[in-house]
Amino acid sequence: MIYLDNSATTKPYPEVLDTFRKVAESHFANPSSIHGKGSEAERLLLQARSIVADLLHVHSKEIVFTSGGTEGNNLAIKGTAFQHQSRGKHLITTAVEHASTLESFKQLEDIGFEVTYLPVDAAGRISMEDLRKEVRKDTILVSMIHVNNEIGTIQPIEEAGEYLRNFPKAVFHVDHVQGLSKVPLNFKKAKVDLCTMSAHKVHGLKGSGILYVRSGVKLFPLFTGGEQEGTVRAGTENVPGVVAMAKALRVVLEKSKSGIKQLRHLQETARKELCEIDGILINTPEQNSAPHILNFSVPRIKPEVLIHTLEEEGIYISTKSACSSKAQGGSRILEAAGYGPERSEHALRVSFSFENRQDDIERLVEALEEVLPKLKSVMG
Amino acid sequence: MYDQIIIRYGEIALKGKNQKEFVDLLRNRVKQKVSHFTGVEINMTFDRMYIKLNGNDHEEVIPKLQEVFGIHSMSLALKTEHDIEAMKDGALRAVKDAGGDAPRTFKVTSKRPYKNFPISSQELNQIIGAHILKNTENITVDVHNPDTEVRVEVKRNGTFISCNHFEGAGGLPISRNNRVMLMLSGGIDSPVAGYLTMKRGVKIEMVHFHSPPFTSERSRQKVEDLAKILTKFGGDLLLHVVHFTEVQKAIQSNIPSNYSMTIMRRMMMRITERLAEKNEALGIATGESLGQVASQTLHSMNTINEVTNYPIIRPLIAMDKVEIMKIAHKIGTYDVSIRPYEDCCTVFLPDAPKTRPKRKNAQKFEQSLDIESLIEEAISKTETVTLREKELINKGFEDLF
Repeated sequence: MIYLDNSATTKPYPEVLDTFRKVAESHFANPSSIHGKGSEAERLLLQARSIVADLLHVHSKEIVFTSGGTEGNNLAIKGTAFQHQSRGKHLITTAVEHASTLESFKQLEDIGFEVTYLPVDAAGRISMEDLRKEVRKDTILVSMIHVNNEIGTIQPIEEAGEYLRNFPKAVFHVDHVQGLSKVPLNFKKAKVDLCTMSAHKVHGLKGSGILYVRSGVKLFPLFTGGEQEGTVRAGTENVPGVVAMAKALRVVLEKSKSGIKQLRHLQETARKELCEIDGILINTPEQNSAPHILNFSVPRIKPEVLIHTLEEEGIYISTKSACSSKAQGGSRILEAAGYGPERSEHALRVSFSFENRQDDIERLVEALEEVLPKLKSVMG
Repeated sequence: MYDQIIIRYGEIALKGKNQKEFVDLLRNRVKQKVSHFTGVEINMTFDRMYIKLNGNDHEEVIPKLQEVFGIHSMSLALKTEHDIEAMKDGALRAVKDAGGDAPRTFKVTSKRPYKNFPISSQELNQIIGAHILKNTENITVDVHNPDTEVRVEVKRNGTFISCNHFEGAGGLPISRNNRVMLMLSGGIDSPVAGYLTMKRGVKIEMVHFHSPPFTSERSRQKVEDLAKILTKFGGDLLLHVVHFTEVQKAIQSNIPSNYSMTIMRRMMMRITERLAEKNEALGIATGESLGQVASQTLHSMNTINEVTNYPIIRPLIAMDKVEIMKIAHKIGTYDVSIRPYEDCCTVFLPDAPKTRPKRKNAQKFEQSLDIESLIEEAISKTETVTLREKELINKGFEDLF
């Protein structure tokens, strides 16, 4: 199997699964229970929190464990909007966000918030000029995706953070789900207030995630109940998921030290070789894009058909974002970047992990070279 | 762009004949602190230490060094040749790095201990200042109260240009030969007392009184976590967990309740002194602050202190609670200290502890206790744990992370 859909999800590392199983089996007690078993589970949770905090260069207190990226984005966005609505009702985001962000903002619009969606250029990137123009006195939140999940464009997070320092009432949220371990982001340096991350994009398990909440930033909880997670997120903690996530993060960040270069190399090879195939148009920008995503369009060929054809060769790739893949129509991201329907409706994405090798790219290229002419003769 | 960190010693510089010993201690500690950054080099001259970063990020290295006692201050520096053009260029880069193009004031302070360099420090100030003014906008000179001070030091081994200054932890480097037992309860004060004791060059060993089942595993864990935080400053540390249950039971059944707290403290003091003797420590440190609670009134101290003639170090004695809390926040113990588990001092706390106990009464009440055998039993059941600075993972969980 050649798995090239790592932006949708990654294969859990064996040692991560090991940890999950051990914790689920031996440390199953509720961390809030008084007895020794409960105390043990609580210690594990504390330990996981401090490891995660260390790895992200933040304080333990600033880590909120969530169920994943969607919850993190919902909590950051709605939690901020509800908490600070008396300060102002203006929110800013971009036209190229993940569905969980976009839909949160749509909901907030429905109940009376005003949302500005920053446009993007052909590379899918916002301009700082637009951001400067739109931030107002009553802006309480700016939310931005770091690495676009469909085409890999990197947004100017550090510049935005620096500029937003002038607006202490505006909370700065970053969706770092795709960037984690592949495109380093220093939260402190970039003046980020809230940052969403997810375990299963870094070889952890589905159902675990992290929301970084800078010390001093307040959120209106979306789940109320017990006092878990500093009362920001009630609910019995997913101890095995969290410990497994800490493990995954450790391993993945270790691998990323040499792995990022390797990803970039894979991407460059893929870009070069795919470019040469007749009928393939690359959508991922060459500058300021993540090393693990390559998006391209094959006009006139239905992407689903191409995906299934490659699948027969044991190669797994995807159309647009997994979370939007069932919706009709073209890629919202490519449309926002100004591409017409021909290109945005026929987009495909390959996404790598540190486990992929040069051979995988060769196989992909060979397969495409072989199947494209056949498909074209049938469909074109 | 910075390639070095300059470390200034502070008090050590005044130590005369013993200076070398202090500097060696400091160097070893600095070495331990930066050991996991590959390529970092440490160089010394008689009054400074230079850390060559060799590509490591100073933002990661500086916070580590700020945990080392004996460092008075640090500066980020770049080293240039003894060449005026290189110096001008370096100073300009340093100013820009310190605050971009934001409007502010600056001044240049040059020193020229290396007199073979032909330009005097006065002239250097002018030449470099003019170069900065010419090549920046929004930046003006203010020699009295500058936002940014650019220091240029022309030394024999090169010119060092710096403008970002960081405070160090101060104090003296820790020596194993100065050992003190710290009574660590789990509250806010005692870890701060430990920090401040270490600051004066003292190696601490910690003593905690554990009374299962009256105090829980969680409260013991809390103390281990606090001790672990203190290793950031003191290196690997020992924690002696005294099994205190029998002593507390004996006190509860034999001592009038208004004196139970006083007697308990006297017992703790005796046990700690015994541990100090056994481990060749020369004093006892506590987190007492005068008048804070019943056991810390002058009367209480007088009565409790009667049982030992070891020096008792009380770094918090004159501090207000808010000052103590501020330090606890700074050193990172506060959040652990406020975990809400009972410790041996709160679990048997009488409704009305005596705030003015008398030595005479304490002696009288203690006659009903077999003090020596209680002490011996507690000591024999004492468990000693080593907290390691570099150990990231709690024992028992190693294979999970």
